[in-house]
Amino acid sequence: MSIKQISVFLENKPGQLAAMTGLLADNNVDIRALSLAETQDFGIARMIVDDIYEAANVLRNGDFIANFSHVLAFAVPDTPGGLHQLLNAFNEAGVNVEYMYAFLGNNDASHAYMIFRVTDTKESEAKLISLGYRPLTQEEIAQI
Amino acid sequence: MERYYQPEIECAPREEIVKLQNERLVKQVQSVWDNVPYYRKKMEEKGVTPADIKTIDDLHKLPFLSKDDLREAYPYGLMGRPLKDCVRIQSTSGTTGKRVVAFYTQHDVDLWEDCCARAIVAAGGTNEDVCQVSYGYGLFTGGPGLNGGSHKVGSLTVPTSSGNTDRQIMFIMDLSATILCCTPSYAAYLGERFKEMGYGPDDISLKAGIFGAEAWSEEMRRDIEKTLGIKAFDIYGLTELSGPGVAFECSEQKGMHINEDHFIVEIIDPVTGEVLPEGEQGELVFTAVDKEAFPMIRYRTRDICSITREKCSCGRTHVRMAKPKGRSDDMLIIRGVNVFPSQIETVLLNNGYAANYQIIIDRVNNTDTLDVRVEMTPEMFTDNVGEIQQRQRTLVEGLRSMLGLKAQVTLVAPKSIVRSEGKAVRVIDKRKI
Repeated sequence: MSIKQISVFLENKPGQLAAMTGLLADNNVDIRALSLAETQDFGIARMIVDDIYEAANVLRNGDFIANFSHVLAFAVPDTPGGLHQLLNAFNEAGVNVEYMYAFLGNNDASHAYMIFRVTDTKESEAKLISLGYRPLTQEEIAQI
Repeated sequence: MERYYQPEIECAPREEIVKLQNERLVKQVQSVWDNVPYYRKKMEEKGVTPADIKTIDDLHKLPFLSKDDLREAYPYGLMGRPLKDCVRIQSTSGTTGKRVVAFYTQHDVDLWEDCCARAIVAAGGTNEDVCQVSYGYGLFTGGPGLNGGSHKVGSLTVPTSSGNTDRQIMFIMDLSATILCCTPSYAAYLGERFKEMGYGPDDISLKAGIFGAEAWSEEMRRDIEKTLGIKAFDIYGLTELSGPGVAFECSEQKGMHINEDHFIVEIIDPVTGEVLPEGEQGELVFTAVDKEAFPMIRYRTRDICSITREKCSCGRTHVRMAKPKGRSDDMLIIRGVNVFPSQIETVLLNNGYAANYQIIIDRVNNTDTLDVRVEMTPEMFTDNVGEIQQRQRTLVEGLRSMLGLKAQVTLVAPKSIVRSEGKAVRVIDKRKI
């Protein structure tokens, strides 16, 4: 099952990122994973949070633009070649990765967790499952 | 074969038009003097009485009316007839402050609809046509004006109003609509949607479009004509004077014929108020000579353009006005090029952005720079950087073709553009000259 990521538009000026994290902190939203994409004049923060609807609400009320997209999350063994094996499966399934980022769980030191934004989430997911690679569910992510 | 709705007026010899204007002006000035204390006071302050106005050559003696007067006299202060004689109001959007409310007697509605009928017939409309009116209906004059004009012509009128694009397309296709009336940006948008749905110009029954109510370029016209397979006609008007149909284009597409039997035009220097000779660019001023309920005398439109009395090969004898460049109070000169914020706004809207923008002009190494700052909207935002940048490039290209200038486009956070009294500060000129 794909999970929901929240993306936030950030104007490229000092204090924007802190304004966003401040809102989330004030409202008790926990950021589990974060990646930033930046260009010369704007950036996009993509996050996995513990309560995505609360996050969207507080950000939108704070005049940020935030939207949701579906991403795939995988647990990757924290050993040499762990990621490579997974990406081979992506390759075999013909899945195109637009961007990816990693985060560490609180409980399990033997795995790293990777978030993948792929071109066609539903179709990609089905192909990967058929190759024996099942992405994590929203509930599983919450347990990590 | 050029066709006319009212050939005896539209193609009347010049001396007949002037004679009619003289008679109507004298009568109108007397009526306003008697019925509109607000304007009478202005005349008295200028030391002019109805006796001073004998022909249209005396027009320049009369005081101007401006949008500020309309605001001051809001809502009933400029009425030329008692309420019991009025049958309708229309209103502006109020984007530049207080709304303008204009009143109509039945005579005024008829006159307005006649003007729109002239425009439809000039675009080739007949009682055989199916005329889809996709301008908004309601307080906005676009829908009601063209709707009435279409009725007068006898076309089958399809009052879709604006919005719901797929339904618009369904009606055009199912009813084989032949004439489309809407804003040019909506026509362009419909064209895009047709394309997406796989329809080419040959599949679309439309033959003509009557597009107005916003600034559009010649390039945009060609684009719309090509995509929809139609001839696109410009139409001009403003609520203060009645609505669309103050002027309209004929098949020559070389300027819009002003309905001079109803509206006398002057071009003035926007700074000094002096009347300018034919052909010079200046502010358009209109006098509505036979409107009853809302008799505007020397109303300053703030639109900048020129007029020509050169004979038009369509056969109409009424003066033509060029497409307005924009509003006199917001023209900018950047790298020697005249730029109107309305042009930039058109490009933004055409590209799916909201009209929340700011123009910052600066001078770097003796060259003017133009930075258009646009607020990001939820509709335009995605988590994909490349997609957003591609839209930015499309916008830069759109601005270049509209303005003839290279502009920089900066995307900024929502509500980050400073607003005073609810209205964004559109232009910041940092040049020190």
